[in-house]
Amino acid sequence: MSITILFLAVMATIVAWWLSRQRLMAKPWLEEGAIGDFPDTGASSLPAAKIGLGVFLAVVGSLFALLIGAYSMQMNMADWRPLPAPKLLWLNTGVLILSSVALQWAQVAAHRGQMDGVRAGLLAGGASALAFLAGQLLVWQELTAAGYFLATNPAYAFFYLITGVHGLHLLGGLVALGRTTDKVWRGFEVDQVRLSVELCTLYWHFLLLVWLFFFSLLAFSPWAGWIYSVCYGLPR
Amino acid sequence: MVDATHGAVEAIPLAEVEDVELYHPKSWVTKYVFCQDAKVIAIQYSITAIAIGLVALVLSWLMRLQLGFPGRFSFIAAGDYYQFITMHGMIMVIYLLTALFLGGFGNYLIPLMVGARDMVFPYVNMLSYWVYLLAVLVLVASFFMPGGPTGAGWTLYPPQAILSGTPGRDWGIVLMLASLILFIIGFTMGGLNYVVTVLQARTRGMTLMRLPLTVWGIFTATVMALLAFPALFVGCVMMLFDRLLGSSFFMPALVEMGEQLKYSGGSPILWQHLFWFFGHPEVYIVAVPAFGIVSDLISTHARKNIFGYRMMVWAIVAIGALSFVVWAHHMYVSGMNPNFGFFFATTTLIIAIPTAIKVYNWVLTLWRGDIHLTVPMLFALGFIVTFVNGGLTGLFLGNVVVDVPLSGTMFVVAHFHMVMGVAPLLVIFGGIYHWYPKVTGRMLNDALGKFHFWVTFLGAYAIYFPMHYLGLMGVPRRYYELGEMAFIPPSAATLNIFITLAALIVGFAQTVFFFNLIWSLFKGKHAGSNPWKATTLEWQTPQTPPGHGNWGKELPVVYRWAYDYSVPGAEQDFLPQNQPAAKRAA
Repeated sequence: MSITILFLAVMATIVAWWLSRQRLMAKPWLEEGAIGDFPDTGASSLPAAKIGLGVFLAVVGSLFALLIGAYSMQMNMADWRPLPAPKLLWLNTGVLILSSVALQWAQVAAHRGQMDGVRAGLLAGGASALAFLAGQLLVWQELTAAGYFLATNPAYAFFYLITGVHGLHLLGGLVALGRTTDKVWRGFEVDQVRLSVELCTLYWHFLLLVWLFFFSLLAFSPWAGWIYSVCYGLPR
Repeated sequence: MVDATHGAVEAIPLAEVEDVELYHPKSWVTKYVFCQDAKVIAIQYSITAIAIGLVALVLSWLMRLQLGFPGRFSFIAAGDYYQFITMHGMIMVIYLLTALFLGGFGNYLIPLMVGARDMVFPYVNMLSYWVYLLAVLVLVASFFMPGGPTGAGWTLYPPQAILSGTPGRDWGIVLMLASLILFIIGFTMGGLNYVVTVLQARTRGMTLMRLPLTVWGIFTATVMALLAFPALFVGCVMMLFDRLLGSSFFMPALVEMGEQLKYSGGSPILWQHLFWFFGHPEVYIVAVPAFGIVSDLISTHARKNIFGYRMMVWAIVAIGALSFVVWAHHMYVSGMNPNFGFFFATTTLIIAIPTAIKVYNWVLTLWRGDIHLTVPMLFALGFIVTFVNGGLTGLFLGNVVVDVPLSGTMFVVAHFHMVMGVAPLLVIFGGIYHWYPKVTGRMLNDALGKFHFWVTFLGAYAIYFPMHYLGLMGVPRRYYELGEMAFIPPSAATLNIFITLAALIVGFAQTVFFFNLIWSLFKGKHAGSNPWKATTLEWQTPQTPPGHGNWGKELPVVYRWAYDYSVPGAEQDFLPQNQPAAKRAA
């Protein structure tokens, strides 16, 4: 629950910051514009697609905050049996970081107008994201082989659920990335793909952040449990 | 950006808002069925929501028949009764109210009121409706599955929701969860549109503080819904896992029929947290658009500027924010820590402050206004009274010590029906009477409308007012039949018969409304473009009903706020938002 509250606090801060710039103290009943005289609407100069993605990330963020929040809430249950974090997850995490770095590289190239860099970045990013997903499947396989099934214990179920939801989101991102790459291949100009590249990169960084958050909770769970009990010392 | 030296010459500067390339329907199918025009999507949303709402209305009749005449209707068994309760609640709250306010009113009004040609992502907007329709169909399908729809109660509390004793355990619960998941996906697509359109597609001069309160209400509710629905989504996915894959997110180790189930280690309370983390904001998701719409109705029909516009905006935002930190007041009886109860009771009572500000402002808007008792105004006034009534009992129930004995009684049923059933529905009716002339170009019949209002309004009181007394007497809710209970006098049964009759009458009276909707479509008086002499942009469109792209060649320019009514010296008694100051007889 503390994670959910934290997420809400972040959201509230963003909303408050945005509202604070919207002249909420204005007295609209006193303002009357003559012809040709009207105030700036205060709309952002960013493209609508980017704002749309931002709002969507808030929704996805809420989703993961609640999932991870529920997970951390259950960690305090008396019969909690944490999952041993498989070593392969470290490798996967590295691959996902590489994927984000590659897309960042593509974005920088897009801003410099270097189509070759964009192409290479997108391909590397897509390939490493696929490698990450394959790695996640391997982890699932490894765990089931070792007898950690979904139905065995809520801790394992949470692991499968959260990795699954995260993987599906990445898969959805790959569709968008595929379409962007396709545009690049069909010879679009750099100006026409820049926005798509930026959106993909933003989405990738976001999913990386979610993953790092969850992974740290998983890999350092005794430690996280300790933080949890400090922050959240209220008896339940 | 604006060339100020020209002062008041006619030349209007070129559109700063880029004119988007409009989607053009090529065939009948893309114009009326798979249409990307927000106005058509709004009508599709509204019709679907009202249609499924009628199903829920019939379900409520069946419940009332059972409660009024227990044992008289052999086709209502205990299991059926629970299925009726569950489906009635879920349909009314989510598939009717949420969909109608945001998908219906939101789609129609946002682009018109902010002066946009359409939503910013029309294709996604279209998908939103079709996913919503799919969700409704999946829900309806559960009626026809073996075992019928789920009877777990609209809160779907585990573990009973997926145990074998609950009706609809085989298919009903699975389809219910799947339908909710679809609904949330569909809503998210629409919600992105509503938010980004308000943020980015406002026309020139339309600052946030010049937005009509309707848009503020729908906008805030959408933001809340986007953040709150994921909680229900997560909960539904987890329960689906529990039900189909045998995980134990919500399921503790338990014995059923002398048999140890394979579940272990889960927490039923976790579902309650997730559900109510969505569930409480949900109350305000249907209330806040109602607040906004009712503000505009009152201001327009009392010919007076809204009292305290800024306060109204701040109150909407404050209510939206506070609604996220009160969810556990639905869980006072779940055995949680008393300190939590204290915290949540406090936050709950704090919400009364911005809400009361809004009520005072509505009343002060009416004060010495030129009140026209049109049908929309009647519904708006009915809303204020009903909302105050329901809100006051909310203050009782927000306190732990009062809630604990009352939470299992009809008092709660009366409270939430008043505050989030009747009150928002009155606004929906008022809104339909108000905007129908814009949607169709014809007025609804006034006499039929007034009849509809009085029967609905008085009838709602006949239904829900006595329920408070039943609740205080200790009559439990959720019970299929009361049987012999020493503390319940026989008069309670008489009162139940009265309530049932009232419910039947109010339900049947709605046929007058539907008759009016259809009859007026062909025979209604022509409305003209602005029958209510309203200031907001949707009444200033070049065509009525608004054509494709809403605004003809040029987007409107906004010079003032939305509430310039009874302006001294104006040609008429109001100034539309797109009328510049120079035109006025100074």
